[in-house]
Amino acid sequence: MYRLFRSHGLLAGLSVVLLATLSAPLGAQETAVAVEAGTTAWWVWPLALFLMTFVMGILAALGGVGGGVLYVPIVSGFFPFHLDFVRGAGLLVALCGALAAGPGFLRMNLASLRLAMPVAIIASACAIGGAMVGLALPTNVVQTALGATILGIVVIMMTARKSTFPDVPRADRLSTVLGIYGIYNEASLGQTVNWKIHRTIPGLLLFIAIGFAAGMFGLGAGWANVPVLNLLMGAPLKISVATSKFLLSITDTSAAWIYLNQGCVIPMMVVPSLVGIMLGSFVGVRILRVAKPTFVRWIVIAMLLFSGAKAITKGLGLPFFV
Amino acid sequence: MSERNRYDQDDEVPILPDSEYEAAREELKVPGPSAARGATPEDLAPSEEQLLYARILAFGMYAGLAMLTATFALYALGVVAPAVPIHELPNYWTLSAHDYLEAINHEFLHRDHLVTGWGWVAVLGKGDYLNFLGIAFLAAVTIVCYLGILPTLLRKRDWIYSAIAFLEVIILALAASGIIAVGH
Repeated sequence: MYRLFRSHGLLAGLSVVLLATLSAPLGAQETAVAVEAGTTAWWVWPLALFLMTFVMGILAALGGVGGGVLYVPIVSGFFPFHLDFVRGAGLLVALCGALAAGPGFLRMNLASLRLAMPVAIIASACAIGGAMVGLALPTNVVQTALGATILGIVVIMMTARKSTFPDVPRADRLSTVLGIYGIYNEASLGQTVNWKIHRTIPGLLLFIAIGFAAGMFGLGAGWANVPVLNLLMGAPLKISVATSKFLLSITDTSAAWIYLNQGCVIPMMVVPSLVGIMLGSFVGVRILRVAKPTFVRWIVIAMLLFSGAKAITKGLGLPFFV
Repeated sequence: MSERNRYDQDDEVPILPDSEYEAAREELKVPGPSAARGATPEDLAPSEEQLLYARILAFGMYAGLAMLTATFALYALGVVAPAVPIHELPNYWTLSAHDYLEAINHEFLHRDHLVTGWGWVAVLGKGDYLNFLGIAFLAAVTIVCYLGILPTLLRKRDWIYSAIAFLEVIILALAASGIIAVGH
């Protein structure tokens, strides 16, 4: 309860500061001058960002995806911010979400430190490489590749099945040596469940690409972590989801430092995004009790399709119908 | 639908009574969750290093968010003047990061070098750069977590995971150091 109060209290504090800041210029002379000059007042964009990320937070929670995967393509496609800053903010949004969820998942023994650590070392090293390549490449190339990646994520979301308890007849040698196995309480079954993994080497190799993509595009990589941990390596779905979320706190840390050191952080973008997506997630989790997740999932897929197409056309300099 | 009577959640699986479900699964050789019979609370408890990691992570996360709240308040409410006036930001956030740094250095900061890497520490007196304190703190939490569990892993003679933790600290410290530089 105290923990809940602390996290909600901090978020409430951030929200109050943010709203005070964004509402301060309303009605001020500055707004009139901006309107007269035909330009958009500065506070419009952070406010729009806050509202947009609030909706994103709701949809992300309902659609079962992380906020980062919606944030980067949508904000880079429809807001005036340069892609460098959007990716920096996207990583920080995903990082903070993972930092907030991590302690709970670790304490409940749903996130496995022994599973996450070997994976994280590969993903975080490759995220650094991805961030370096992403910042070195021309923006239009990264934007086009981002669009293609987002469309790929849509395909994964539409086709990948999830297995609550994958069949792992025997743990492989590497996972046995590393001691990657565990036991957790499955409340829905009313029993404790043993789990182990297999295909560790192919799984670790896939995290090279996942880490690279996370760093290059500033995306949280939950969309890829969960299928690999669950379907390929055979971790139970709950273990995969929780470990994936915790894993982001490590992978995104390494890439976030690269973006931070390159000056790709504008606090007036980061804080409204952070507050918006976290508040939205809190609301989304509550709506989840009454919403139809399948319907929301299709909305998320449609949003990703739309923003992926927008990213590709923007990257290629082609006209888009919006 | 009860989770107990389902194997693959996307499959259409008929709802069966428990006994029939178990019998059908046995007959079809469909694997189910391996029940850990006789598991004690100790078996279910996270490892010592996992709990320690969680404790450090939780503390770091709350401290980082508190720091971010405080510094953003000082910046946004105008208590500490920013390097780039807030109403000027729309002129610069459309630029690439490198062009942005050059432009704000030319217009406002007038420093010998662009503010990259840990250069923001030197301009912490500016409200916008003050926010980097909370952001950097949040980005450093994971490194502290790994450093925190390293003695426990060494004490348990878990050499493989000690090496992994040590290597991860090196990787993250390298990323944080600012040694790795890129540019358009």
